[in-house]
Amino acid sequence: MTGAGPTSGQAIEARGLTKRFGSIVALDGLDLDVPRGSIFGLLGPNGAGKTTTIRILTGLARPTAGTASVVGVPVGLDEPELRRRLGYLDQDPRFYSWMKGRELLELVARLHGLSGTELRSRVGKMLAVTGLSGAAERRIGGYSGGMRQRLGIAQALLHDPQILFLDEPVSSLDPEGRRDLLELIAGLRGEATVVFSTHVLSDVERICDRIAIIHRGRRVTEGPLEDLLAAHARPIIRILPAPGQDELVAALVDRLRAAPWTTDVAIAGDVIRVTVSDPETAARGVLSIVAATEVVIDLFERARPTLEDVFLELVGPAAPDELDGRGFVRPREVSDR
Amino acid sequence: MTGLGTLLRKELLEQWRTTRLPVVATVFLLVGLSSPLLARFTPELLKAVAGDQFQITLPSPTVADAYDQLAKNLGQFGALIAVLLAMGAMATEKERGTAALILTKPVSRAAFLVAKLIAIATTLGVSTTIAAAGAWFYTLVLFEPLPVGGFVAAAILRWLALVAYGSITLLGSTLTRSALAAAGLGVAAFIVLGILSIAPSIGRFLPTGLGAPARGLALGQAGVDVLGPTIATVVLIAGLVGVAWLAFRRQEL
Repeated sequence: MTGAGPTSGQAIEARGLTKRFGSIVALDGLDLDVPRGSIFGLLGPNGAGKTTTIRILTGLARPTAGTASVVGVPVGLDEPELRRRLGYLDQDPRFYSWMKGRELLELVARLHGLSGTELRSRVGKMLAVTGLSGAAERRIGGYSGGMRQRLGIAQALLHDPQILFLDEPVSSLDPEGRRDLLELIAGLRGEATVVFSTHVLSDVERICDRIAIIHRGRRVTEGPLEDLLAAHARPIIRILPAPGQDELVAALVDRLRAAPWTTDVAIAGDVIRVTVSDPETAARGVLSIVAATEVVIDLFERARPTLEDVFLELVGPAAPDELDGRGFVRPREVSDR
Repeated sequence: MTGLGTLLRKELLEQWRTTRLPVVATVFLLVGLSSPLLARFTPELLKAVAGDQFQITLPSPTVADAYDQLAKNLGQFGALIAVLLAMGAMATEKERGTAALILTKPVSRAAFLVAKLIAIATTLGVSTTIAAAGAWFYTLVLFEPLPVGGFVAAAILRWLALVAYGSITLLGSTLTRSALAAAGLGVAAFIVLGILSIAPSIGRFLPTGLGAPARGLALGQAGVDVLGPTIATVVLIAGLVGVAWLAFRRQEL
């Protein structure tokens, strides 16, 4: 397995990463370039291959095919040099229940070669940053899910890693904890590379410099948020009709759907969401149709496209037959060779 | 072996905190104390149970009976405890996800595995020492003193045999994600080794083959062949750990 040298501007270079579990294809020739110092969002529906990608890049799993390097070190199952440079938080972090929070962090610090005053100082700092100082002397077995997640963040950041892999890091956090963590990650911009997997689009919009969307094991798109919005998000017009006009609203929706410049008309709650191909023509056309159908409206606006629009445009809502029993997108299957 | 010292410290702390070490040491102490007692009083107990209805003639117990009782008890309870100690060492960590926590740190898989073996060997070592000390003292009280040097050497050989059973189970625990399957392998190995030990040409090179030299040393006999069985068992343990490492370094977590 070969990869970029230590002088490369990329923190991660992956080429053709493929992972099969029997006939199931979890990753299908994934290419990934993550610039050093960036906060990189790895987006995708459940079962898209995000966790598999992170597990390969952290050396917990082996690709069936393809190559990857992380901060210049080729990835591999038994590669301590790779681990020296990375921090990793699992989506469901597990710890030794008999240990105290402080002991766990001290163990991790020692494994990273820290000792003495530096060890105590780093451990104390991370306990404070993650709000666990008060629980440091308690057994981890008694921690809540949110506390375990915060401990996971503390152990991942403890040694100032060059690259940080966070797999669904906010899944168990309350709103305050989530805000704090996102601020913490944003504060690492330029100092460390952060790879952040999630399906919470607003979190990605808030802190990520670059985004890759993965679907069914393949990279669908990748780039800075603004570029993705420009390339993939279609302009949207939102209309909020005044209440009590059901028949008129139905007629309005029908006429909007028939217009040549609409690509989609959806009703979300009370709001009609019109996706259009030509925003200038559409703005005039929508108002004409509203006037013609005599619908009284409370709101008319051209909405700024969001990452959700890009995501839905590229990935789309999964059809029922594409989901498994857990609500995960069913991976592709190939015949065994 | 990057990280061995730190991992060993964690493993030893775990042996203590999860009460494995205190519990095993207590069981071994009871085995050590009860063995000479059983040897000394079994004939009297049998006579008392039989009463006047049966005429039982038993030879007077000797110091050799005291040692044999200890060897039998340690060989059975000790081996079972070695299997119990090692069965979840790797499998449970893999299954619970804590192996992934540690192995995303700068730690070699060899260090992770060897730290486990040393911790198991330490718990067995401390416990065997306590059992041997208790047994030696009660043998002194109830029979006569056994040679200290020989008794210590015998305890070391007994410990080595237990570590071998622990290593077999540790291999099973590495190959599977099930502690139960690992225990099955350990128990199966115990039975198979017991059967193979009947053949003298093979038996003396198995962990069971350490029993005879250990007995000779404990009772102060001359001309005991220690080297062959000891080297064979050490090689077996090293081989088992080597196979476990080869398997573990290719495993996904």
